Amino acid sequence: MARLVATLASTHHPFYFKATTSAPEHQMPQAPEWKRKVEAYRETLASTAPDILVMIGSDHFHQIFLDNYPQFLIGKAARYDATFYNEEREFGIPKYAFEGDEDMSRFLHQSLLAQDFDFAFSNELKIDHSIVCPIITLRPQNDLPIVPIYTNIFAPPLPSPRRFFDLRRAIRKAIEDYPSDKRIAAIGTGHLSLELGGPRQFMETGPDPAFDQQAIEWLRTGDIEAILASVTHQSLECSGNATHGFLNFVLMLGVAGPVGADYVDYLDLFHTMEAYFTWHPKEAAQ
Amino acid sequence: MSKYYVNKFLFTVDRDTHLLARYIESPRSFVSAWEQSIGPKLLGNDVEASSAHAFTDEERRALVDHDFVSLFEMGAHFFLNLTIFIGIYDEPYAQKYGPLAFQREFAQKLRHWRGKDYPSIAT
Repeated sequence: MARLVATLASTHHPFYFKATTSAPEHQMPQAPEWKRKVEAYRETLASTAPDILVMIGSDHFHQIFLDNYPQFLIGKAARYDATFYNEEREFGIPKYAFEGDEDMSRFLHQSLLAQDFDFAFSNELKIDHSIVCPIITLRPQNDLPIVPIYTNIFAPPLPSPRRFFDLRRAIRKAIEDYPSDKRIAAIGTGHLSLELGGPRQFMETGPDPAFDQQAIEWLRTGDIEAILASVTHQSLECSGNATHGFLNFVLMLGVAGPVGADYVDYLDLFHTMEAYFTWHPKEAAQ
Repeated sequence: MSKYYVNKFLFTVDRDTHLLARYIESPRSFVSAWEQSIGPKLLGNDVEASSAHAFTDEERRALVDHDFVSLFEMGAHFFLNLTIFIGIYDEPYAQKYGPLAFQREFAQKLRHWRGKDYPSIAT
């Protein structure tokens, strides 16, 4: 059976690529530190020598729109194009093409359905920056096949925090039941406190630094009980109108255990707190 | 009122460089053209019509005026409402006033919403 060799969760900051590849005289002062932190985070994946990446993100109205919006969706294709015109325009992110693993997608989809998670699927999915960003930060050589999974953190009504957490068991079981000797890494991205298109956007910090610190501590210690007791759609909204991306962290913490993270790092930037977490399953060390 | 239709406008225009250029150049005639030939089509299907939605006068005015404050207050989706106007105003503002000047002005114009429940974006 396949082995889950690492679970990773981070924010996906679309300006990382531009911030660290533009001419040094145009870079923000934190760019070298940001790059160092991302490269250290990258090593926590590389050291596990994965064969396939299960990538969990959320489309930001690029392919998926309100005429037909799934709560959870899995990509099932041999190839995925990535980066939309308006992401190139706004963030300067390059176009990519990712190799898919259709066989694993098919298996995961069947397994998730069998575990009562009725995923939508797409045989022609163009990937947006929620998955492109972690490829840039974690696997810039783009040499591994992916299985993309999208969650709805964006178009209310959303699944509950509890439902995100419950999904973790199904995803983990689906990965570990996959009849293969492949080494799998599960990589998810979301947000800490974040405001977009509202009065608290683009401040010197994220809109709710106290939430950011609390969220990092919850993930560091793996305290899912505290998260589920504290976090609601309403509380996330109070921390910033796009803070619902934290639900993907709840999912990834669940996939990893829930247990305390083996690697934690963060960086306070204007507009948002960046955060990076890695969990290495005990079995992987054997 | 059709939050969905306002969002459909923002979604279809922001993702298409040619439509965005027309919306920048001539907002009034472009909004009319969109209502005639783009809005009434099913997304991803050039053949089939959809008669489910229409703009109110106030929605049409807000789109013609690039009035992102009114659109926010009507419950347009925050991401669509931000990205399309970044696409239009980020560069000219940045050249004149420095990086992120438009994004900060956007926030400033919505400052009366700080500490309050924002208008619902649910559709």
